[in-house]
Amino acid sequence: MNKFILHTGIAAPMDRANIDTDMIIPKQFLKSIKRSGFGPNLFDELRYLDEGQPDADNSGRPLNTEFVLNQSRYEGASVLLARENFGCGSSREHAPWALEDYGFRVIIAPSYADIFFNNSFKNGLLPIVLDEVVVDQLFTEVFASEGYQLTIELESQKIIKPCGEEIDFDVDPFRKHCLINGLDDIGLTLQDADDIRNYEEKRRASQPWLFDVVK
Amino acid sequence: MAGKTLYDKLWDSHVVKEREDGTALIYIDRQLLHEVTSPQAFEGLRLASRQPWRLDANLATPDHNVPTTKTERDVGIEGIVDPVSKIQVKTLDDNCDEFGIVEFKMQDKRQGIVHVVGPEQGATLPGMTIVCGDSHTATHGAFAALAHGVGTSEVEHVMATQCLIQRKMKNLLIKVDGELGAGITGKDVVLHVIGIIGTAGGNGCAMEFGGSAIRSMSMEGRMTMCNMAIEAGARVGMVAFDENTAEYVKGRPYAPKSDQWDQAVEYWNTLVSDEDAVFDKVVEVNAADIKPQVTWGTSPEMVVSVDSLVPKAEDESDPVKRSAIERALEYMGLEGGQKITDIQLDRVFIGSCTNSRIEDLRAAAAIVEGKQVASSLKQALVVPGSGLVKEQAEEEGLDKIFTAAGLEWREPGCSMCLAMNADKLGNGEHCASTSNRNFEGRQGYGGRTHLVSPAMAAAAAITGHFIDVNTL
Ligand code: SF4
Repeated sequence: MNKFILHTGIAAPMDRANIDTDMIIPKQFLKSIKRSGFGPNLFDELRYLDEGQPDADNSGRPLNTEFVLNQSRYEGASVLLARENFGCGSSREHAPWALEDYGFRVIIAPSYADIFFNNSFKNGLLPIVLDEVVVDQLFTEVFASEGYQLTIELESQKIIKPCGEEIDFDVDPFRKHCLINGLDDIGLTLQDADDIRNYEEKRRASQPWLFDVVK
Repeated sequence: MAGKTLYDKLWDSHVVKEREDGTALIYIDRQLLHEVTSPQAFEGLRLASRQPWRLDANLATPDHNVPTTKTERDVGIEGIVDPVSKIQVKTLDDNCDEFGIVEFKMQDKRQGIVHVVGPEQGATLPGMTIVCGDSHTATHGAFAALAHGVGTSEVEHVMATQCLIQRKMKNLLIKVDGELGAGITGKDVVLHVIGIIGTAGGNGCAMEFGGSAIRSMSMEGRMTMCNMAIEAGARVGMVAFDENTAEYVKGRPYAPKSDQWDQAVEYWNTLVSDEDAVFDKVVEVNAADIKPQVTWGTSPEMVVSVDSLVPKAEDESDPVKRSAIERALEYMGLEGGQKITDIQLDRVFIGSCTNSRIEDLRAAAAIVEGKQVASSLKQALVVPGSGLVKEQAEEEGLDKIFTAAGLEWREPGCSMCLAMNADKLGNGEHCASTSNRNFEGRQGYGGRTHLVSPAMAAAAAITGHFIDVNTL
């Protein structure tokens, strides 16, 4: 997993509540057995005017010029500003994979769907929760000035605005630790292998039916 | 000390280790696998040279990509026309063979939608923790189990360690008391609840469905409700253990046998929220208030009773919600203020992990028996949830009732629920669907989904538009 320490990038405003995982990456792209290559199809149905196909060349497709990421002022954006309940819907990890593959490293929203929130951390994508009023203010500023950039510093848990103003944010300490160090949590869990085995033995004794599996 | 909720009990009994930061290592008893969210997890294991921790805790079946026509199915994997789908199904077979995981392959009559197969096999048991790389894993909570969807990284984590790192959620009780009206099903109840609390209403919560209406509901109805807990933002839906649960589980292939059965039931009887348990939030619903539900928009919370009007954007004061309504009306091609019963349909889909069990098919068949599908419809599909549901339905003659009425009877799979196979809506088409998501494009590019119960979908198939099933 990519480490996340400090990031500065252009912010793009996704001004819509309840952005679901089908919008982030439509199902036809879920047929891939790989983890990468989803970026060109991020927000496919919003971004293009026709229907996208997996493994197809996207370069000649008609763009929806109204869509925020197709506007030149947001080219290269890596911080996504969003509204409430971002990432609702399915558990597909293809959603953070697509965002990450496109180039996003940070999402800022008032709230997220639980599974999406969790999946993001596992892929070096930092979802930040801010108060609705603060998010609203950011939207206003992003719309107002072209090239608006935000800097996100994970260690100090601060977002630094172009004017120098700072916004504090909360992050779960364990997830922060994993992101800063780019840690694979399977390795961490396996350090507790003895505890897992002990638990399993107790469970086998008290609920043997969970272990005697008939085929 | 206050008593414990069902969720508290399930959580406490699975903590392997509490960690200083407030998270815990939680043991997972069962992992269900399907072709869409597992390939990258198996690949991860391979890259790190890791082996599955406990093979017998896993059970796999392909469902999302499998074709549902008999001609394609009879050919087997080679019969899958879409090459990308074929590779995905084949990859699941190969991975399960390589690692030694039990899989009900496409030609096995036990194959089906993973959330139908688990309970049907008794692989879903009370008191278990169950995960699957699929958000509708909440379904299994109907068995007083702690079940939730996970992402692919977590699928890999569970395969490698049999554990997950979790933070405890809040307790939310949805209490439905009283008697449900005629023709009102679990689907109507859960849509009604989502209409009240919204799609983010359960975020961060484990949602228990309780109250007298739930106690008298069948396991199928409870599964439908728990299935859609995720549509209310809750990763987990649950119903307490009772005789209905025991009766459903008994005798299933993976269920405990003989003296282990009695021992299990004794323990399972404790899987209820204590009388004095404290919930962080309680939402009370009067069962008698619930009418047949129909969604009109592009989010499950955009739902009304069949006798209502499509809402008008101008009646909403919150600007974010107002623009969401405007967008949804535009996408759905509807006018605020029009009658729900005036919406003309192009297709009907009866199936999905929400509503493809035998009880659902019986309810739909009872409506269409002796009638004919409206000539204005392009298609009405019935897709059973598993090969065993299909077999049972055929024994009862339900397939004959459907086909005589002009509905198509298909092979089991996810089908038009998410349109990963050939079953999909055309651009702009309206569909009465028993599935769980009405998001833009969910059932096909530009498709317009209306979520309803199986009986309501069947009634809509006959009339070509929505109608209260009680007045048909
Ligand atoms: S039936 Fe639909 S919701 Fe259920 S698992 Fe399949 S695709 Fe997902």
